[in-house]
Amino acid sequence: MTNKTDPTGDVRLTGIAKTYGDFTAVHPLDLTVPQGSFFALLGASGCGKTTTLRMIAGLEEPSAGTVHLGDQDVTALPPYKRPVNTVFQSYALFPHLDIFENVAFGLRRRGLKSVRKQVEEMLDLVQLGEQARKKPHQLSGGQQQRVAVARALINHPKVLLLDEPLGALDLKLRRQMQLELKRIQTEVGITFIHVTHDQEEAMTMADTVAVMNAGRVEQLGSPTDLYENPGTTFVANFLGTSNFIEAEVDSKSGDDIVLKAGGGKLVLPEARCSAPASTGGKVLVGVRPEKISLTHADDAGEIPEGRNRITGRIADSSFIGVSTQYVVDSPVCPGFEVYAQNIDRDPRLVPGAEVVLHWNPAHTFGLDAAQSVFDGTEGSAGVEEAA
Amino acid sequence: MPFVNWLKRNLVVLAGLLTLGYLLLPNIIVTVFSFNKPKGRFNYEWQQFSLDAWKDPCGVSDLCGSLSVSLQIAFWATLGATLLGTLIAFALVRYRFRARGAVNSLIFLPMAMPEVVMAASLLTLFLNMGAQLGFWTILIAHIMFCLSFVVTAVKARVMSMDPKLEEAARDLYAGPFQTFFRVTLPIAAPGIAAGAMLAFALSFDDFIITNFNAGSTVTFPMFVWGSAQRGTPVQINVIGTAMFVVAVLFVLASMAVGNRRNRQKA
Amino acid sequence: MSTLTEAPPPLAPQAPDPRPPKRRGRWTPYWLLLPGILWLIVFFALPMIYQASTSVQTGSLEEGYKVTWHFAAYWDALSAYWPQFVRSVLYAGTATILCLLLGYPLAYLIAFRAGRWRNLIMILVIAPFFTSFLIRTLAWKTILADGGPVVGALNTLHVLDVTNWLGWTAGDRVLATPLAVVCGLTYNFLPFMILPLYTSLERIDGRLHEAAGDLYARPWTTFRKVTFPLSMPGVVSGTLLTFIPAAGDYVNADLLGSTDTRMVGNVIQTQFLRVLDYPTAAALSFILMAAILLMVTLYIRRSGTEDLV
Repeated sequence: MTNKTDPTGDVRLTGIAKTYGDFTAVHPLDLTVPQGSFFALLGASGCGKTTTLRMIAGLEEPSAGTVHLGDQDVTALPPYKRPVNTVFQSYALFPHLDIFENVAFGLRRRGLKSVRKQVEEMLDLVQLGEQARKKPHQLSGGQQQRVAVARALINHPKVLLLDEPLGALDLKLRRQMQLELKRIQTEVGITFIHVTHDQEEAMTMADTVAVMNAGRVEQLGSPTDLYENPGTTFVANFLGTSNFIEAEVDSKSGDDIVLKAGGGKLVLPEARCSAPASTGGKVLVGVRPEKISLTHADDAGEIPEGRNRITGRIADSSFIGVSTQYVVDSPVCPGFEVYAQNIDRDPRLVPGAEVVLHWNPAHTFGLDAAQSVFDGTEGSAGVEEAA
Repeated sequence: MPFVNWLKRNLVVLAGLLTLGYLLLPNIIVTVFSFNKPKGRFNYEWQQFSLDAWKDPCGVSDLCGSLSVSLQIAFWATLGATLLGTLIAFALVRYRFRARGAVNSLIFLPMAMPEVVMAASLLTLFLNMGAQLGFWTILIAHIMFCLSFVVTAVKARVMSMDPKLEEAARDLYAGPFQTFFRVTLPIAAPGIAAGAMLAFALSFDDFIITNFNAGSTVTFPMFVWGSAQRGTPVQINVIGTAMFVVAVLFVLASMAVGNRRNRQKA
Repeated sequence: MSTLTEAPPPLAPQAPDPRPPKRRGRWTPYWLLLPGILWLIVFFALPMIYQASTSVQTGSLEEGYKVTWHFAAYWDALSAYWPQFVRSVLYAGTATILCLLLGYPLAYLIAFRAGRWRNLIMILVIAPFFTSFLIRTLAWKTILADGGPVVGALNTLHVLDVTNWLGWTAGDRVLATPLAVVCGLTYNFLPFMILPLYTSLERIDGRLHEAAGDLYARPWTTFRKVTFPLSMPGVVSGTLLTFIPAAGDYVNADLLGSTDTRMVGNVIQTQFLRVLDYPTAAALSFILMAAILLMVTLYIRRSGTEDLV
């Protein structure tokens, strides 16, 4: 059923931009979403991701640039002439129509007479066959969400746009719907473009994620790629948590860069450094909290050679269940975060204990030191995860 | 002591009910006196029970004629004001345009103007234009003062409407006209209906503006006014009571229908 | 449809236009506004101008009127009819205060305490509108009739002694006195106070009352510090909706009052429809309009509720 090589379903944005007076919502942007992929636009509110989506839907006119669906330039087409459908944030179900008529709306507007069979099939697909004659306000949030998906999918669009489709659901239902949407996408093979502020949602569902910030795409890639090798502090902080150490380039040995930080040395594979690294220059060294091992200072001798290491003192620890999260104060970086799996818990690792942090150099990444280490932390990832 | 506490807690309820009584007392009097058989020309003192007026509501010359004039004017004024007012309300909520402030003031001022001022100035205009006072001048005046109230009612409804619904319709292949007739209008309908009902009530009950601009045409309120000078027939009370009962029944019925519909769907 | 009225887009490929494309239907709002606004301009704004011009005309019915910038008409009107003006403000003001005092408990009752009776009470507040207000005003003649139960009760309770002393009533009568007129005005415009009050009270989150109680506010303090301030928009629009029509009313003064209770509305009506002295009537009406607009503007400024529409 799906034909991944058919180019007619590609979404191609060329130099697309949107300005409102002096405010630039989206800077000129080039983006190609291949047919059949599950693509996520990820970013904090106000980063331009929804505006981009609305320009693809035709609900917003771009200030510059073009939108192509396959070979067709749809930039000038009004939304009702585009083979694109949207699942709106908070669903926008028509309150005066029942579920059946909501789902049948698009078919009827295109002049189809016998819609009954198609609508019933679609309602069965989203397991709402029983609710066909109810009004939207009589359904639960999860059910309304499924109606919104059914209402869009029944038109067999070339592209399905999802604008924060799960934002109004509680955590458990959201997990369930993430899997459900992923299943539907694999089943129908339509291109999905999904806008979300929830990094976990983007990573679970999408093949490709574009992280947006202040009207620009910061980085684009597969979820693992983005997580393991972030290109900016924004991406590093927005997707999960990162620790940063400011270091100076000391020398190069083979494929590695050797850096000086505090009194010690750190090793960074050159391939994982996105900043220019000339001897004597500064680089931000990043490492994810779960990559780090924690050893009590008394046992420092047992740490194998060839690992990056830092000394510090535990400032705080909190037991989460699957892991214990430590905050370690180190001379090179105050507030270093370490997540340790609860396999063998060392009873000496309590606040105040002197420790050595060590990790495989292959897990280190290097970033341009000219940026703030706090980009993408406050108000974005932190707050939204709590929501 | 428990009684004092009870009184303290429910003081506001008692005061509210007293006000409600004050509001309804005249209607009770009107109803009771529709069964009166007055001695003189005026129906202000209770004499004896009688069904005469109810059996012959049109028994007074010109009364039912004036009622019919009022109903006709109210009907057309409602239609005109609702149409024009709905268009304005949509323009105000859905579009940005120059002179918005001026338009808002022009809508607000008729509501902030004593009726007698509007009545007098409109009469000056009609006299200056040499217009023949009568049905048409009354209709023009009624559409004018009902318009603002319709705008206010419809605007409130359209403003509370999620603009995403119209976007969803356009996204689902509905062109501008289909979007308006399939989505916007049905959702705005309760606001439009409220505006229309308000317009009908205002027009039907208007006296001051009508009195200035009616010429020799007599509406129902003008008939009542005239009879207050010459002598009040019991039939006035019959019509008043009937209107009250019809209005209450109408509202109760529409509420019952709404409830039943909700219950069926639930 | 709107796309048909615009020039068709050129078919040949061209360099992308750096300017945003013109919004479709840029003229739509003006077309929507046109008929209604035109109606208001011709039949509301224009008459005001005519009236202003009439007020400075001199002449007679037979010979016709000419604009002579006879501003003395204003002075004459004011000096001849100032008692009626004062009465209008006094009666309408008293009625407005009474409406607020009477209407607030009922609006509060409907908003917070009525439970399942809410709809019924709302209907009872609105339904009297459908009985012509003239008929209902005439009913007050029966209620306040001389020697009737109401007047008798007021007499027994010595209320009439107080109102007599204040000059609000005369002897054993209530009809044909200022009290009867104020009573009628209060009655007639009470729903215009209750409805906006209810609307703004109903928006108040009931949990605020609990929060105030939780924070050691007694019921009366809760009302003073939380409920009443939050209902201010309703108080403001209710006051305006009551005061304005009451100040211009002449029906209550005519039906329930006497020649000593004539308000400015009565004068305008008589001058226009009986005496046919159009310049004086127009001047009076213009003064009333200006006075009301001035008061409304000041009142809205002070209470800070700009968006009443």
